[in-house]
Amino acid sequence: MSDSVIAADGRPLKASLNRALRRQKLRALALIAPLLIFILVSFVMPIADMLFRSVENEIVENTLPRTVTALEGWDSSSDQVPGEEVFEALYTDLAIAVEYKSHTRLGSRLNYEATGISSLFRKSGRRVKKFDTDIYAEVFAAADPAYADPGQWAAWMSDDTVRAQLPVTTSAYDDWAQMIIDTDGDIPAEETPWNFVYTALFQDAAAGASLPIAVDVSTVEPVSLRAEFGDLDDKWLDPEVWQTIKIYSPKFTNGYFLNSVDLMKGPEGVESRPENQQIYIKLFVRTLIMSLSIMGMCVLLGYPIAWLLANLKARTANLLMILVLLPFWTSLLVRTSAWKVLLQQQGVINDTLVWIGIVADDNRLELINNQTGTIIAMTHILLPFMILPLYSVMKTIPPSYLRAAKSLGATDWTAFWRVYFPQSVPGIGAGCILVFILSIGYYITPELVGGTKGVFISNRIAYHISSSLNWGLAAALGTILLAIVMALYWAYDKIVGIDNVKLGG
Amino acid sequence: MSGLPPYATTGQRAWYYSFRVICGLIFFFLIAPIMVIIPLSFNAENFFTFTPEMLSLDPAGFSTKHYEDFFTNSDWQHALRNSLKIAPVATLLSVSLGTLAAIGLSQSHVPFRRAIMAILISPMIVPLIISATGMYFFYSNPYIPTPFGKIELPFTLTGTYLGVVLAHAALGIPFVIITVTATLVGFDNSLTRAAANMGAGPITTFFRVQMPLILPGVVSGGLFAFITSFDEVVVVLFVGSAGQKTLPWQMFTGLREQISPTILAVATILISVSIVLLFVVELLRRRSERLRGLSPS
Repeated sequence: MSDSVIAADGRPLKASLNRALRRQKLRALALIAPLLIFILVSFVMPIADMLFRSVENEIVENTLPRTVTALEGWDSSSDQVPGEEVFEALYTDLAIAVEYKSHTRLGSRLNYEATGISSLFRKSGRRVKKFDTDIYAEVFAAADPAYADPGQWAAWMSDDTVRAQLPVTTSAYDDWAQMIIDTDGDIPAEETPWNFVYTALFQDAAAGASLPIAVDVSTVEPVSLRAEFGDLDDKWLDPEVWQTIKIYSPKFTNGYFLNSVDLMKGPEGVESRPENQQIYIKLFVRTLIMSLSIMGMCVLLGYPIAWLLANLKARTANLLMILVLLPFWTSLLVRTSAWKVLLQQQGVINDTLVWIGIVADDNRLELINNQTGTIIAMTHILLPFMILPLYSVMKTIPPSYLRAAKSLGATDWTAFWRVYFPQSVPGIGAGCILVFILSIGYYITPELVGGTKGVFISNRIAYHISSSLNWGLAAALGTILLAIVMALYWAYDKIVGIDNVKLGG
Repeated sequence: MSGLPPYATTGQRAWYYSFRVICGLIFFFLIAPIMVIIPLSFNAENFFTFTPEMLSLDPAGFSTKHYEDFFTNSDWQHALRNSLKIAPVATLLSVSLGTLAAIGLSQSHVPFRRAIMAILISPMIVPLIISATGMYFFYSNPYIPTPFGKIELPFTLTGTYLGVVLAHAALGIPFVIITVTATLVGFDNSLTRAAANMGAGPITTFFRVQMPLILPGVVSGGLFAFITSFDEVVVVLFVGSAGQKTLPWQMFTGLREQISPTILAVATILISVSIVLLFVVELLRRRSERLRGLSPS
């Protein structure tokens, strides 16, 4: 029967209504879409980029592709230095990396894991061109001048049969040719290949490949690249350097996350960092404890104010509300500079205390550049965020409940604690989560009044981005912080509902 | 609970007055640090405390030299100009996109409403340092990654005016969404239907019927977005370069390196701005409640 109901346009009513609903949904989505796309591109994707960077580790494989492949056959748990083939691969990789100047970046990257690698790479980069491998070029040129002819090289390297015969040379030549184009803008067919290409050719020949023009290499004394690298710096003969390279050669690593919880990757798996490098767990714990203290202070100071505002006559309450909203609207920097000025040893608070006589002039209180400073300033800054949700919940508690409790014989305290307080708990919950979320990620105020002891994890993140340039670690620390905040956000959404966030009372 | 009943005991009386005193002290804690800045900014010396001349109200102890410094120093003027160039454009962007989306969100039958809302509000919840880190990384890429491949850009956004404006617009959007959706909760949808019934197109309906009614919410959302951008320092510190140095940035470096009393003069000016903003938002809130037929509280 219901199927036969027809709308004015002759369609079944159900289909017609469905169509109208669909159109309504589409219109709503069309209105939302521009903003959603904007937020996705300008905000969500940057966050995703940060999450990606906390595990991304392509630099090792991109800079030293041959070495990474060669190291696959090396047992990192043995205390042996890798064999000649790894050093041959490293020689080619490094010779190319030096021209792109990417070896210094790789050095800094690996230096986060083992100190000293950065200088090792810099030093090697300067000296790698001066290795004794120039004899190979002479050997081949002496055997046949065609080997010194750039045009001939280019012809060979575009011939598939030659390429198949000489795999090592081909790969070295291709990268060399690309590098010549990229860095100097030269044409490979007009440049004589560099020493490392001849070294690769010698390696192919020594392995028994048939050269385009036969050359007898059995009489040539091979240059040991392992010995060359060893002469350059004996760190290259230290298995630990190689373990570090091997551990960090995969494209993705959990190394940054391990670092952010004071662990590290060793040859035998995860191990804890040396005592003097364990800072992050302590910093996370300190951030949590200080945020909790700030939250506690805010409840302590915010509750009476919210109660007063909710129970005063509307006119007076509105007037007093201005005293809460003015700090809320005042620039963060203004409030922080106010505290910086007030809390100084020669500042207004210490001056007043000395003038009253509570504190001796030569024994002024240290209120700034420590945890006290951070907690005082941040409590002041975040207090409105506690008062406003508390106030909006307390407004909804009928005052008659308290009167009823009292008329039934409850004392003032019992009436408050058993009747009023439980009803205000949702406000406390909302305010606490809000203050905690805001304080845990604070950067500016701790940076300015916290000194070294009163800083938060955010300050460490900023340090890694702008000073130590260990972006991966900054991203990992940020990811952990984000996970904590998101968990709290989720809780806030469950308890309060994100639609119920109110601003300015 | 306003006022003390005549039958109150001595203990109740004592508690009543000590509670008022406690509240007074907390209000003092809230407001005094801001207020103390104002007289200090007229200090004739380069000190951050009250000089004996100031305490004895000697006119020689006061001067406006820190204000003169602010208005003549090229660093501060440059920073002020940058702030005034960035904040309005970012506000415009967040208000226009945010208002449209809020109207979309407040209709019935929006699929994934909760999820969309959570995404749109997230810039307010995610700690600024994390947003700044992400934007710093992402805006330095010369491309936008999409599921269908990279869209190449001829420029990178880091250190550009556009990058800072985009970042600030993203940060301001949650405030616009929250205030405008709150205004739309009381919006009577039969008004738009009535307008349509009388022959108005959707655009006429929006600008002649809906917009005037939600305007207070839009403006106060815009003010929030403006103050967010105007007061923002972490993101601009990371995404911007020296060419985008804003007023808060200049204050931040001033406070971190060597603190100059000019900061107090700037702070006083900013406090006056926030007082003005506070009153405008309050007025708008009351007007909006009146328009929607709610009694102003």
